[in-house]
Amino acid sequence: MNKRVAVFRREHFNAAHRLFNPDWDDTTNEKVFGKCALPNYHGHNYELEVKVTGKPDKKTGYVIDLKELSDLVIKEIHSRFDHKNLNLDTEEFKELNPTAENIAIVIYKLLRPHIKEKLDLQVRLYETPRNFVEYPAE
Amino acid sequence: MVYLTRIEHFNAAHKLSNPAWSYEKNEEVFGKCANENWHGHNYELLVTIKGEPSPDTGFIFDVKRLSNLIREHVIEIVDHRNLNVDVEFMKGKMCSTENLAIGIWQQLSQHLPAEVQLHCIRLYETPRIYVEYFGG
Repeated sequence: MNKRVAVFRREHFNAAHRLFNPDWDDTTNEKVFGKCALPNYHGHNYELEVKVTGKPDKKTGYVIDLKELSDLVIKEIHSRFDHKNLNLDTEEFKELNPTAENIAIVIYKLLRPHIKEKLDLQVRLYETPRNFVEYPAE
Repeated sequence: MVYLTRIEHFNAAHKLSNPAWSYEKNEEVFGKCANENWHGHNYELLVTIKGEPSPDTGFIFDVKRLSNLIREHVIEIVDHRNLNVDVEFMKGKMCSTENLAIGIWQQLSQHLPAEVQLHCIRLYETPRIYVEYFGG
């Protein structure tokens, strides 16, 4: 068995955020980010899909133990972001605009060191059921 | 009698915190939902009206008009807002999904034409948690 297989784990978290660039005035922020720039925050049910690709291990038949992947996502992502204000409560977005794009990149960077190098990692993040991003892009 | 439902959605921040209680007590009762800096949800709102189809149109009520009324009197007020801070009709109330559904019912029932009978507000806070309110 030497074919590559992609396995997925889905987790979710709820968080508040706002989109704004501190270098811009309120008018410019509102022009660029619209309602997403409103000062008192809004929020989302984020749905996260973590994709790990590689060859199934000969002994276990697993690409990665999905229970271990789930525990990793809960420890590194869920416990960090769930029921938090991304702008105010997290180190990662103190100086980084918490767009879905940037959140996906941050999640990738948090998970990557914990997954074997020979396995590929991709994250897909749904901000709403209709808006989602993927990183890294193919 | 036929039931007609229009689905809308909005995103908002909130927290569950009783101002009469200490921070510790709020955390004990509401857990992570009491986080003082807010958290948020993608809310899904289902508004159901009921009635007999008109012989002329076949409609209970023009669903486009229903959508416009929901948008004007609910979505415009709550979408991308902080429910505790920004929303007049939730002032002085706990921002639970239960109270929000009641608030939306009261808000809509004031603005729907007299011939439209509101039947149910179903409000999803997450894909797995929702409440229903039938008035009264």
